[in-house]
Amino acid sequence: MQNSDIANDAVSVVIAGLGGQGVVKASDILSDAAFEAGLDVKKSEIHGMSQRGGAVTSDVRFGRRVLSPMVPHGQAGFLVALASDQLEPNRWLLREDGLAIGPGEVDVAMLPSARCLNVAILGVLSTHLAIDEDCWRQAIEANLPLAVRPANMQAFEIGRRAGDHSRTRQGDIEK
Amino acid sequence: MSDNNDNQNTQRMLLSGDEAVAHAAINANVALGTGYPGTPSTEIIETFNQLGGRAEWSPNEKVAFEVALGAAFAGARALVTMKHVGLNVAADPLFTAAYTGVGGGMVVVSADDPGMASSQNEQDNRYYARAAGVPMLEPADSQEAYDFTLRAFELSEQFGTLVLLRMTTRSCHSKTVVTVRTGEPQRSARLHYERDVASRVMIPANARPAHRRLRQRMDEITAFAETCDLNVVYTGDGRTPTLGIVTSGVSYMHALEAAPHAGFLKLGLTWPLAIEKIRAFATSVDRCVVIEEGEDLLAGDLRAAGLNVESKETIFSFGELTVDRARRILRGDRSPEPTPQKSKPPQLCKGCPHRAAFEILRRLGCIVAGDIGCYTLGVLPPFEAMDTCVCMGASIGVGLGMRHVLPDDEAKKVVSVIGDSTFVHSGLTGLVEMVYNPPPTGHVVLVLDNGTTAMTGFQEHPGTGRRMDHTRVRRLSFEDIARSAGVERVEVVDPQADKADFERALAEALSSGKLCMIVARRPCLLAAARVRKQQIKEGRHAE
Repeated sequence: MQNSDIANDAVSVVIAGLGGQGVVKASDILSDAAFEAGLDVKKSEIHGMSQRGGAVTSDVRFGRRVLSPMVPHGQAGFLVALASDQLEPNRWLLREDGLAIGPGEVDVAMLPSARCLNVAILGVLSTHLAIDEDCWRQAIEANLPLAVRPANMQAFEIGRRAGDHSRTRQGDIEK
Repeated sequence: MSDNNDNQNTQRMLLSGDEAVAHAAINANVALGTGYPGTPSTEIIETFNQLGGRAEWSPNEKVAFEVALGAAFAGARALVTMKHVGLNVAADPLFTAAYTGVGGGMVVVSADDPGMASSQNEQDNRYYARAAGVPMLEPADSQEAYDFTLRAFELSEQFGTLVLLRMTTRSCHSKTVVTVRTGEPQRSARLHYERDVASRVMIPANARPAHRRLRQRMDEITAFAETCDLNVVYTGDGRTPTLGIVTSGVSYMHALEAAPHAGFLKLGLTWPLAIEKIRAFATSVDRCVVIEEGEDLLAGDLRAAGLNVESKETIFSFGELTVDRARRILRGDRSPEPTPQKSKPPQLCKGCPHRAAFEILRRLGCIVAGDIGCYTLGVLPPFEAMDTCVCMGASIGVGLGMRHVLPDDEAKKVVSVIGDSTFVHSGLTGLVEMVYNPPPTGHVVLVLDNGTTAMTGFQEHPGTGRRMDHTRVRRLSFEDIARSAGVERVEVVDPQADKADFERALAEALSSGKLCMIVARRPCLLAAARVRKQQIKEGRHAE
């Protein structure tokens, strides 16, 4: 047999936060969205002790073919932090040209509930990824109970607009 | 990634390795799934149950193993799951079940935890296959977890032996894309017990020939390993590679990412070894490197067989293997690895009833023989109120040992602290030891009863009065057990509602010189919400 088509073109995302912030839920939604888009997906995190309020990170990789489920050091295209104090400890995972997205990118006061922050930040992330909005919606529906779906859909939209807005501004600066 | 195979209905899913094993167990028509919760294995049996499989949590791994073995003796397919240290508890039946063999297929999942994300050691359970003389399969991702579980049941029945399926934290908890079969599993035939005393009753006269049969069986499986499609050679771009890598499990994924142009011999059946196949591969390349997570086990076996292979530096035997480490191994790079910034450690939840217990233990200056569970976090600041933690149930034995030898003034401060699920798992025999061999100063066993197996995700146990599926069953009473065993002072307190009363009870017990059990009973905050939901559901059914 041949190791044909080993493409190292996978997108690597590290989601970081504290126990109870919804890090694992966010990575479930992201990996389901990539799965719905028909991509190969691997997602990995540590369960157990880390659930008790400690630092939690989850690795999500997707593309034509993904090999290791863990993002190698310095190879994350995106670092998504749900707690601002989790940005710096995890920055070493980020590629030189990688993008760090922190909770400051979203105005929490605008959100229907502070508990939707994880989904709002996914909204910001989504503006940088080639995954259809429909896939995101399906993933959010699949991962959240009916009662909280409308709030999270709204949070996702708010994050998406914030992401579009900051991308436009970055574009202006580059020009 | 096709959604349809030729003759079978299939479905593309994103599953953890644990979930994939559960789906396969359903497809394999497993009649009974047993286990004791332990990260990273817990979700296998839970998912199997949710998918409609008949499943149970046992008091501990030894019992879970024996129940599964009985089902397999009776001709049914049985699955038993545990974490790596759980297999130590079940090692007694494992070694002799290797002699007896099985009737129906039996698969034992050992979920190892290299890197110790949530364990007290990082033992490498590949040794158990070698020590007991049973075959071992090691999946690299969730698709293989699914496929290998199905294959493991086939192998088990083909060769009449239980099969170890070794997973690791990464293969258990990583989600990857899996194509599973859908549709109803076939109905099994009516079972009937076939008497086979020579194989099943291990008196020495029967065990001696059984040991010879075991070795003969392993020879047959070795011959099978040489040609089976579980051990696969992949060559980089089709040309003969100069670098060859022998690997297995998730290490294959790391190594393939590190060296996409190397040739690979990926072992799926990792015991017994297909030594001639490996020899042929090793001699076909200029340089052959073994990339394995954990102990230098495979490399050692290959060298013993006279193969010229390179292996990793000892520094890479600690913790998990990664893509970075695979690169370093291939480069022979021994330079210091980058160390991540120290991350925020876990802690007891706000409002956790264990908090009061450790505040008081600290204030009274106790020497605390601790145990395994959420409450092990009592060792960390701000409590720093735990002195030993070794394995499930050790708190009682270790506390008694200290009491026996320390001078009286210190001995009187020793307390054994154990959780409810851990007490059922392996505290019962310790309690009997306390009554049988009481220390001169007496002893105090403090059961922190939060009504759930909290650390692994709120599983039920005999002391909660609920089964795996949360239906009611008679509750095991710790205080009744202690009284009937002969413990002199037994008291139940609420550690949170009345801290002063809890402190009084503990102080009195310590100064009494008697054998004491204090049950500090207060439900885990997180579990209590789940129990309320269940009660509401039951209320509705009752109406």
